[in-house]
Amino acid sequence: MSDFTDVCALNDITPDTGVCALVNGKQVAIFRPAATGTLYAVGNYCPAGKANILSRGIIADIKGQLTVASPLYKQHYVLETGQCLEEETLSIPTYSVKVEGDRVLVSAS
Amino acid sequence: MSNKQKLVVIGNGMVGHKFLESMVDMEQAAHYDITVLCEEPRPAYDRVYLSSYFSGSTAEDLSLVKEGFFEANNINLKLNCKAEKLDRAAKVITTQSGEEIAYDKVILATGSFPFVPPVPGHERKNCLVYRTIEDLEAITAAAKGSKVGVVVGGGLLGLEAAKALKDLGLETHVVEFAPRLMAVQVDDAGGALLKSKIEELGVKVHTSKNTQNITDGDECVHKMEFADGESLETDLILFSAGIRPQDAIARDSELELGPRGGIVINNHCQTSDPDVYAIGECALWGGMIYGLVAPGYNMAKVAAQHLTQTGEDLFEGADMSTKLKLMGVDVASIGDCHARTEGALSYAYTDEVNQVYKKIVVSADKKLLLGAVMVGDAEDYGNLLQMALNSIELPEKPEALILPSLDGAAKPMLGPDALPDTAQICSCYDVSKGDICCSVQNGAQTIGDIKAATGAATGCGGCAALVTQVMNSELTKLGVEVNTDICEHFAYTRQDLYNIIRVEGIKSFAELLEKHGKGHGCEICKPAVGSILATCWNDYILEDQHMGLQDTNDIYLGNMQKDGTYSVVPRMAGGEVTPEGLIAIGEIARDFGLYTKLTGGQRVDMFGAQLHELPKIWKRLIDAGFETGHAYGKSLRTVKSCVGSTWCRYGVDDSVGLAIELENRYKGLRSPHKLKMAVSGCTRECAEAQSKDVGVIATENGWNLYVCGNGGMKPRHTDLLAQDLDKETLIKYIDRFYMFYVKTADRLQRTSVWMDNLEGGLDYLKSVIIEDKLGIAEELEAQMANVVGTYQCEWKTTIENPEKLKRFAHFINADEKDENIQFVKERGQIRPATEEERVNKENLIAIS
Repeated sequence: MSDFTDVCALNDITPDTGVCALVNGKQVAIFRPAATGTLYAVGNYCPAGKANILSRGIIADIKGQLTVASPLYKQHYVLETGQCLEEETLSIPTYSVKVEGDRVLVSAS
Repeated sequence: MSNKQKLVVIGNGMVGHKFLESMVDMEQAAHYDITVLCEEPRPAYDRVYLSSYFSGSTAEDLSLVKEGFFEANNINLKLNCKAEKLDRAAKVITTQSGEEIAYDKVILATGSFPFVPPVPGHERKNCLVYRTIEDLEAITAAAKGSKVGVVVGGGLLGLEAAKALKDLGLETHVVEFAPRLMAVQVDDAGGALLKSKIEELGVKVHTSKNTQNITDGDECVHKMEFADGESLETDLILFSAGIRPQDAIARDSELELGPRGGIVINNHCQTSDPDVYAIGECALWGGMIYGLVAPGYNMAKVAAQHLTQTGEDLFEGADMSTKLKLMGVDVASIGDCHARTEGALSYAYTDEVNQVYKKIVVSADKKLLLGAVMVGDAEDYGNLLQMALNSIELPEKPEALILPSLDGAAKPMLGPDALPDTAQICSCYDVSKGDICCSVQNGAQTIGDIKAATGAATGCGGCAALVTQVMNSELTKLGVEVNTDICEHFAYTRQDLYNIIRVEGIKSFAELLEKHGKGHGCEICKPAVGSILATCWNDYILEDQHMGLQDTNDIYLGNMQKDGTYSVVPRMAGGEVTPEGLIAIGEIARDFGLYTKLTGGQRVDMFGAQLHELPKIWKRLIDAGFETGHAYGKSLRTVKSCVGSTWCRYGVDDSVGLAIELENRYKGLRSPHKLKMAVSGCTRECAEAQSKDVGVIATENGWNLYVCGNGGMKPRHTDLLAQDLDKETLIKYIDRFYMFYVKTADRLQRTSVWMDNLEGGLDYLKSVIIEDKLGIAEELEAQMANVVGTYQCEWKTTIENPEKLKRFAHFINADEKDENIQFVKERGQIRPATEEERVNKENLIAIS
């Protein structure tokens, strides 16, 4: 299950932004919210905008939930669950991510 | 056969159409088969704004008919169909073409026709009237071969017509029989001031002129000969000497008419035949013809209610007070402005310096306001009208109502609370104070909400200030606080945040959030604060502490397209580019396989660049001498220009030179929304400066500065802020204007919307920018100087910083490209593949 892939150094992700990594053929958006120190990994594909761009969105706190606002049409996806706040039927996959030393590891099997 | 009642409406003017709208709003309308006979070739249009036809409105713009109105309501509309005969015994109407239409009830909404005095020669060529769109077409055609135009009649409509002739470029004269203009609405002193103001605008006014004959002219087509022996030559004559009720069909069918015409009606708008109603300007009530649209609308409503037995409103006369802007001059008249009431007393105030005249007429006991006249400044109209209409007791010194406040004491204003609920606030749409309060209770919170719910302030707009006061008072009463917080993280407006950041010297989002916010920020507050920080301190926007604030485009310094690729736009200040520059751009676009298109701002846009290509493209652009165009930023885009006096045969000044200087000065200024500018080298205005946030036009006497225009979804023409400026003053004013906008606007509010919401409007803006009323001009200039002095090309900074360049790759851990990005060829260039083409791998082109 949990075979983690080393994708980048923690410092490669500027605080409060995201990057996209290729893990087992999947596009994974990894976010580093300044607020929590925790990393989040979700799918990079925005099902509303139909493009691989979520890693380039702004991290937004919506009523206490951390989300990414899609850079195309601004739908919010909850980083924890992948649920879209504007359209109930839309969601994106979530992945496990952890920091070991100064490295970022993602599991997306 | 249908057992419905047959209702025939004769006339589809403004009032006739209002009747139809009132009818279809009622369920009972289903009991009627409605036929409308309209003599004109087109259905109802706005005659009040007829003169706008000459400043660009089309017949379509003027139409009052909602799309599909007649079809949706099963109304049988017959155009070009004049009703000729009304046979009341047989209950049949005969049309001009001989068609016979049976009726149960008839509404006469035939309106009026312009009175043409029977002067010998009045039927000569190019002697026209001003009433219908066909008249306007005839006037336009006649004006083409004319130099001089005369309007006969100096009333309200006559002055409107004079404006039309002036707009058509004619030397314009107004000839009035009475000793003053607008004899009905204003007194001698007001008329004299109005005359001098209108003459200043280039229209010659001739009062006390009795035209006796129109004959061949020497210089022009006609010569008008007056009773006093003088004469006037002109090519075109427009008669606007009053209206007469269109009552011929009623006369022939022996309905009761007034001694001087007009179809007599009762309080239900019924004529002497209870099955025949008359409404609008053809109707005579209490011996009066009402030549304004508001009373006509009221009659339409009353008639519709009575006919369908759905209400008991009566027509009981109407107030004829008016406030209008004639050729830019404010004129207002209330009630008994000539002090004809027995014992009436007047107070008058004349200011020859500022050209203002005001008069109030009060009752003998000085307790009630009976009437008023205002010329040059009609700001007091709303206040005075309410006092007169609602018989509100006057203050001890009534003159204070019209005197300027010298010692700073506030004018005795009538608070909205003093008004009864029945007080009519908007006379165009008959909206009472109670109606406005009611819509506030139903959730309206802005003037826009009120307009949509009640129609108030959407006619002449004269009541807008009072409507706002009533709304605010009611909101306060309900304890409603309008939430203007920018988002859940900051309980402040954008303007508040701007001031906090400036005053406290806050340098980062984290610092602002800690001191004044809560939570972690969102896609609303982050870019807004990022923009304010950039305006105030002008740091590189991709510094670590600012990067997470940047929106979609700013964060990668490119414009993201629908497929996640970017467009690239180098700056071409003023739209000027060398052949070498064009070649370099062409080579770069070709080498990277980009789609190229020219923008509306006179530069080249290159599409289809992938994230990893952006630095390589920019390296080559910068090496070729280009810099970033900020097409991705809420910041100055372009300063468009015409070629100007350098090349153009008509150019008055060097528009390209100024455009380049302005673009280089303001490039990089981060603002609440994008900014567009243009400079035209003469009044032909080829650069379309009057549709920009800031537009500059060269004249013989210097530069004219226009502000707050917009194209796009809601176009707005600019307002003239200042004229005949030297370059130094021009730049000083633009500095102040931009910094004042940046300081006070809401997030994503263009200058056009900002202006529309600026209390005090253009006059206030002038007082801040030109007269420095707030004493902040120097500060604004210094802030702009800081922005100009700290400019950097963000792309140059970026490609020189290897750390920043790491982010310009689709994957942080691989060199692969995003396989979702696929192009096909169209007209010799790339375009994004559709989903279908991508899936079926149709015609996809290989991407490097």
